[in-house]
Amino acid sequence: MTAVVTVEMRPGGLWLALMQNKLAWVGIVLLALIVVIAVFGPWLAPHDPLEQNIVARLDPPSPDFWLGTDSYGRDVLSRLIYGARVSLVVGFVAILIAMVIGTAIGVLAGYVGGMFDQLVMGVLDVLLAFPTLLLGLMIAAMLGASLHNLIIAIAVTEIAPFARVARAPTITLRQREFVEAGRAYGCGPVRIMTHHILPNMISDVVVMSSLWLASAIRTEASLSFIGLGVPPPTATWGSMVREGFENILDAWWLAVFPSLAILVTVLALNLLGDALRDASDPRSRAR
Amino acid sequence: MMHYLLRRLLLVIPTLLIMLTAVFVLVRLVPGDTASVILGDQASAASLAALRARLGLDQPIYVQYLTFVGKVLTGDLGQSLSTGRSVISEVLQVLPSTIQLTVAAIAIGLFLGLPLGIVAALNRNGWIDYASRVVSLVGLSFPAFVSGILMLIVFAIQLGWFPVLGNTSGSGDLVDGLRALVLPALNLGIIMTAYVARVTRAAMLGVLTEDYIRTARAKGVRPRQLVMTHALRNSLIPIITVVGLYFGTLIGNSVLTEIIFNRPGLGKLIIGALNARDYTLLQGLMIIFAVCVIIVNTLTDLAYGLVDPRVEYT
Repeated sequence: MTAVVTVEMRPGGLWLALMQNKLAWVGIVLLALIVVIAVFGPWLAPHDPLEQNIVARLDPPSPDFWLGTDSYGRDVLSRLIYGARVSLVVGFVAILIAMVIGTAIGVLAGYVGGMFDQLVMGVLDVLLAFPTLLLGLMIAAMLGASLHNLIIAIAVTEIAPFARVARAPTITLRQREFVEAGRAYGCGPVRIMTHHILPNMISDVVVMSSLWLASAIRTEASLSFIGLGVPPPTATWGSMVREGFENILDAWWLAVFPSLAILVTVLALNLLGDALRDASDPRSRAR
Repeated sequence: MMHYLLRRLLLVIPTLLIMLTAVFVLVRLVPGDTASVILGDQASAASLAALRARLGLDQPIYVQYLTFVGKVLTGDLGQSLSTGRSVISEVLQVLPSTIQLTVAAIAIGLFLGLPLGIVAALNRNGWIDYASRVVSLVGLSFPAFVSGILMLIVFAIQLGWFPVLGNTSGSGDLVDGLRALVLPALNLGIIMTAYVARVTRAAMLGVLTEDYIRTARAKGVRPRQLVMTHALRNSLIPIITVVGLYFGTLIGNSVLTEIIFNRPGLGKLIIGALNARDYTLLQGLMIIFAVCVIIVNTLTDLAYGLVDPRVEYT
């Protein structure tokens, strides 16, 4: 029996509701633009992002360097383009890890129930009690600054929200007739969870992932700004703002452009995520 | 009510224990030997052993755990490795500055956010509603250090209205202190305004469609009274929930804001501890932050009863 019973999910309705939302379109277009820039970065960047130029230090925007140069004479525009790759990859991988682990924990807790559920949710509630940025900061500080540790730190901060969102529908789905039927057919608990429950609640999880991707990218930028991100000389938006901040009295533009890049990316994801959530919630759809 | 209060307060104990366990595990995540991480590669074997003994790292892990929990529960968060002073006194020294900043931010957030959300809900799908939704979404998207830097550039560097370096002079002058507080507080407050406005709007929209609002309107209740007593009061529970939950974000944002505006406070303390690899101070700060959040969450739960007498504590 491989038939998957879909009850709540109506992709067509969701898509239609999304299409009618103008703000969602702004988000989609902005996001597509950022992804294109990140993917085709090596072809788009006018200079090597790591190439130093002692003569052209802290130059203001000019025809040669559209967004100016930093304190090593490196081209800000090229670093901004390469930085997009780091931000997107870190955010995306971290959210993917958090989604897989968080959803697994949430479904398991919701399906098994009882003491196990209470214990798991108790631990996750405590995890949620730590301010996201501080938790990420502690983990990154303890593990040391590197790309892998940054991803781990951000993933850990986002596991608890995913588990919460996955657990709630699991509890209601557990008592539905088709799950009962699956059990009567002799499906084991793992099969019930992966083939009967998961397909019916995964849309809830996916809808939230866009909003939490925004939060992951914000955390990545904040940790890089504090100095716990990918180590130099790799260009990341957060560390570029940090370098700009150190030269803020001499060259204010250094901090402004990466700041705007972070803002636009997070805003685009929030616009899309917000619209997705509204579209998937029939109550807010009516409003 | 008493019964609920007791149960809710008892719930704090397991939460606290899980939190302490989490911090204990987290600190032991440091790769390699903690003592050599703290002292560096050049440290002699004797000084490493001495530090290990001082930190209790030569004890079995369960003894370390029990000692740790015991000490924290008696209010002993250990000594800062870099300054040698107790973590508690390090924290108490800068706490007033952080409290000043967060209280000012909360005041701005509620003062601007509540009316904005109410007006948006009352003019649903009008231009005010649309504008306030877009503005609050932009506000929600700002990482606190980005908005802080932009404010610093515009108002302090370009326009020169405010000091660039914050109140580092330490002159107890009230006017100087207030001037140094304006930008950081606005930075935190405006981001919070976005959250509050969004939740207030959503909560008000939920309430405004209720039958009792229609009844009140039919009875001729004046619009102003309708909003303030009938609608707002019933919207307060979700608003309080979100403001309570927002506290964790507020702490994180205040750390970034203190760095940008060079304000003394817990944020600068935590960055100093990071740079000095002061693990006891970091651990202590983590516990203090988490305890603050647990206290606020508990108070939030208890506040429901004050706002809505229909809430039954069972």
